[in-house]
Amino acid sequence: MATMNMLQAINNALDIAMAEDEKVICFGEDVGIFGGVFRATSHLQEKYGKARCFNTPLVEQGIIGFANGLAAQGSVPVAEIQFADYIFPAFDQIVNETAKFRYRSGDLFNVGGLTIRTPYGGGIAGGLYHSQSPEAYFTHTPGLKVVVPRNPYQAKGLLLAAIRDPDPVLFLEPKRLYRAAVGEVPEEDYQLPIGEAEITKEGTDITVVGWGAQMEVIGKAVELAEEQGIACEVIDLRSLLPWDADTVAESVLKTGRLVVSHEAPLTGGFAGEIAATIQERCFLYLESPIARVTGLDTPFPLVLEKEYLPDHLKIFEAIRESVNF
Amino acid sequence: MMTQFVHQPDFMTGDEFSIPTFSLLNAEGELHGGAVEPALERDHARRIYQAMLATRILDERMMAAQRQGRLSFYMQCTGEEAAVVGATAALNDADMIMAQYREQGALMYRGFSIDEFMNQLFGNELDYGKGRQMPIHYGSRKLHYMTISSPLATQIPQATGYAYGQKLAGNGHCTLTFFGEGAASEGDFHAALNMASVHHVPVIFFCRNNGYAISTPAVEQFAADGIAPRAFGYHMHVIRVDGNDVLAVYEATRLARKIAVEQNQPVLIEAMSYRLAAHSSSDDPSGYRSKDEEEIWRAKDPLLRLQKWLLKKQWWSEEEEATQQETLRREVLETMKRAEKRSSPPLESLISDVYADITPALQRQFDQLKRHIRRYPEAYPRGAQSLDLDVGTDTDSQGEA
Repeated sequence: MATMNMLQAINNALDIAMAEDEKVICFGEDVGIFGGVFRATSHLQEKYGKARCFNTPLVEQGIIGFANGLAAQGSVPVAEIQFADYIFPAFDQIVNETAKFRYRSGDLFNVGGLTIRTPYGGGIAGGLYHSQSPEAYFTHTPGLKVVVPRNPYQAKGLLLAAIRDPDPVLFLEPKRLYRAAVGEVPEEDYQLPIGEAEITKEGTDITVVGWGAQMEVIGKAVELAEEQGIACEVIDLRSLLPWDADTVAESVLKTGRLVVSHEAPLTGGFAGEIAATIQERCFLYLESPIARVTGLDTPFPLVLEKEYLPDHLKIFEAIRESVNF
Repeated sequence: MMTQFVHQPDFMTGDEFSIPTFSLLNAEGELHGGAVEPALERDHARRIYQAMLATRILDERMMAAQRQGRLSFYMQCTGEEAAVVGATAALNDADMIMAQYREQGALMYRGFSIDEFMNQLFGNELDYGKGRQMPIHYGSRKLHYMTISSPLATQIPQATGYAYGQKLAGNGHCTLTFFGEGAASEGDFHAALNMASVHHVPVIFFCRNNGYAISTPAVEQFAADGIAPRAFGYHMHVIRVDGNDVLAVYEATRLARKIAVEQNQPVLIEAMSYRLAAHSSSDDPSGYRSKDEEEIWRAKDPLLRLQKWLLKKQWWSEEEEATQQETLRREVLETMKRAEKRSSPPLESLISDVYADITPALQRQFDQLKRHIRRYPEAYPRGAQSLDLDVGTDTDSQGEA
């Protein structure tokens, strides 16, 4: 075991993947000698050469289009989009190409080797263009997998799984935790399952679901709730597409209550999908309405970021209201 | 176009074209042999220099303030003041400017006050953008300067559209859009140039080729000879200019504007310069370029070059320089203190301007937020500041344990 922050864990996963398979290729804006603006690809160019780790011109649609072609050829591209806020020029390549490559060709061709890494989320005074959580645009796209780690251990295991997964994966990295989240990470190769949620804390009164950086916030809210004698079961979805409805439904059958939290706006957010599925599967067991604690239906603010964010106090209030319903 | 047939397979690479760099002043602030001085009045030349100097000083002070933790983020125009201010000075002040994010010199030239800069930088209640965007995302309707958007190159096709509207309006105005050589890799750049040529649009595409896109040097950004040759592919007027020579930038842009406005033709200008500072306060260039390289460009400082020319013409003096620097530094510091102390924008600014009118659904979310802040005012000092905390306690009782 080694102590790593999330960036080091991601860097370590990329290093292992590149060492093991020479078809793994990392690229994106400033990814080469500089190692990326967050340094997730530090030293990879030194180790594996310019042909396998390099800067691209500043063109996201080009990066993902190139990555699609490279993956179709049989390579294993790990493309970085510098901020999730800047992924949209590549939206066409991701939604119409990456996600549909296998399907439209009857599996003659696929881009399953592709992994797209991108930092997402707020809490870093980044304003509307360095804070967004665009996961729901992509969870609405069959053919993609969407994965979000919550800590360094998860980041390494899930990223290695994503790179080796037979389908294209969008790997959303909670940038607020890049250096803030530090933990024990095995130095050796390991993978964590894509499509499986993890119960991070067991409890009987209420289920609280989230992913990525929001897990830390949920943790604080749950501490407040536990002080008031509310036993919370906490679930990290880890994968949003496909998502593990079984684990959530089983939990809610036990607790009868559900709170889902994400930073993205409420309307059209992924919490809506979870709420709809769980009410179908657990309707007669629900003791209170499923609550969503999310960002407002506005762009991400700057000065009033604290007011906007679904923080631990808002989640705690939602837990309390659900229990007292 | 008539097709010309040949009977040998000749491939072309573009090396057949060589685009020179238009330059008027040498490093000593003297005209090159054969160069013609642009018709620039004394007061106009002084206005240009003063805007460049003010931009330099604002940038120095604000980067220092960022380092002291007073400001969350900053970006400097340092080294590119001639390109930005020279281009702006050649426009009509009512022409539209759609900039990338490193062009505060354009606003300075047009008279954006230091207070206005500070209010945006600190996102206070007087910030026109209502504290929503990161520092340096300025905008001014009265100065015809479109509010900055962080995503790169998005403003370039918008400039084409804006200028097309100006053409239809027949007001004799044009749009100039600034962008970096890195942003020119985006698809939006190519779409913008093509549409501008096809639709005969009075727009000036002003590329600040400053050598770096964050850490990525120009040699890893494009294989061709810069950005300028791309104009050929769109059948567009193009000129490359020494971006550290404000007279050359001014003259090139003045003539480009004539082409744009009088002929309804777009023009591409590539200004060769260097980003002397880091990309932003979050960046450290020591990881990707040498001090020696920076020193080479520091010696080509655009401010010094213009200053020397002005001194020779006796349009500026050492004393004025000293006084002006001192005055500007003091103004920046005093203004910063004022801006820091001002309140944040009100809580309502969270939900206004999403649409022309606040939707009922958003209003409900906002009411819920207000109830929450009243319950935990100490956790949201900015939000609580603009709320009457005694109001709405009846609704607060909902859900009380």
